[in-house]
Amino acid sequence: MKKTKILDQAGFTRTVNRLAHEVVERNKGAEKVALVGIRTRGDYLARRIAGKIESIEGRKIDVGTLDITLYRDDLRGRLEQPHLKRTDILFDVGGKVIVLVDDVLFTGRTVRSALNALMDLGRPTSIQLLVLIDRGHRELPIKADFAGKNVPTSAKQEVRVLMSEVDEEDAVYLIDEDRES
Amino acid sequence: MKLQTRHLLGLEGMSREDLTLILDTAVSFKEVLERPIKKVPPLQGKTIVNLFFESSTRTRISFELAERRLSADVVNFAAAGSSVSKGETLKDTARNIEAMKIDMVVIRHASPGAAHFLSRVVKANVINAGDGAHEHPTQGLLDMFTLREKFGRLEGIRVCIVGDILHSRVARSNIHGLRAMGAEVSVCGPATLIPRGIEQLGVKVYHRLEDVIPHTDVLNVLRIQLERQESGFFPSLREYHRYFGVTKERVAQAGHAITIMHPGPINRDVELSADLADGEHSVILEQVTNGVAVRMAVLYLLGSR
Repeated sequence: MKKTKILDQAGFTRTVNRLAHEVVERNKGAEKVALVGIRTRGDYLARRIAGKIESIEGRKIDVGTLDITLYRDDLRGRLEQPHLKRTDILFDVGGKVIVLVDDVLFTGRTVRSALNALMDLGRPTSIQLLVLIDRGHRELPIKADFAGKNVPTSAKQEVRVLMSEVDEEDAVYLIDEDRES
Repeated sequence: MKLQTRHLLGLEGMSREDLTLILDTAVSFKEVLERPIKKVPPLQGKTIVNLFFESSTRTRISFELAERRLSADVVNFAAAGSSVSKGETLKDTARNIEAMKIDMVVIRHASPGAAHFLSRVVKANVINAGDGAHEHPTQGLLDMFTLREKFGRLEGIRVCIVGDILHSRVARSNIHGLRAMGAEVSVCGPATLIPRGIEQLGVKVYHRLEDVIPHTDVLNVLRIQLERQESGFFPSLREYHRYFGVTKERVAQAGHAITIMHPGPINRDVELSADLADGEHSVILEQVTNGVAVRMAVLYLLGSR
């Protein structure tokens, strides 16, 4: 197994700051903007970006957490049943510009699930997609509005995002599995 | 995380891990019930049949709501006016329904063991919604869920089940589930309505409410059925109320707050006084709300595996 660091602590922080600025620029401020992170690391990422937007704009930004387990298209046939956690969105998504946040954009299936889950909670004015890493290989017509870093990968590689809230550091690794599969 | 069982037939013998998984999963579903759109898709394309050989209003509605909120297709079957009244056996009824490609069966039946039997003859997942005086596992689970929400834990809390323990599947499921989670359980009722040897399940037996009230945090009051009086288990409802009716005055003797539960439907001022049923320490309506969340958790865990 080969592990390559593609984003270190300083790079991570700069990327998060840039993404926050891009969200503010695109939406001409952050008046109607609310962030929703997909459990687990998308949630921490959403909180960090919201914190940054708050310091740029000087206003409180709503942040929520989405658990997409019930909306997955691979629930059946999985050996391990994913552990169901809570969706915690305490504000009304109706009339808001929702920035959906996830750590890695890959096939697009997670985002598809998240969109369905969000639509069941209300009717946002619009939904934008923000990801830290876009690694390609989409299986659905989904595209990120804000991407921290585009990383060309092969399907056999794995992108691992670490965040200090749950891991020992802020970093992104590209992992090459040696095994044939 | 996965349940160790394909069916939910009873809480007897269920592991602490499985019980905890169901209760934890129900927390997530309770959040779903608070949303404007109370529907999620995990059982889309699954067909569930509710086989009710015994009349029931709230359990059937609760199961049906839970099934629909998980996006399952639901078929209801009531014994009255069906092929059962034409003499068809349970096995034939089940086989025929299975031939229609059913994924899950929820069964309520007057005979203890009906759900076990069904689980042996059909391939679908079977959920027991009450079999005679044996078990009513989802009621036990929703009572546990309600208590865990109220006290933050089940370990060490003291629960007394009051009334007709002999004929009660609710009592049995509560005893098995609560004991497995480390709660202290006692029962209280007239000697004629307490099954002999129930101490072997690890419960204390009382025959006077006055004796148990100072030593319990919760009274789970069971419905007293009029038919039992006719068959001589107690002399009259008036007398039952006088000795075993849970009233404000009796509860006040505890010196601490006592949480009041009832599986419904209530005979007001017979087994439980109206002021307590509607009082600040009553969680009776929360039990009903939690029933839907707990049933969603069970259906989801069994149906999506």
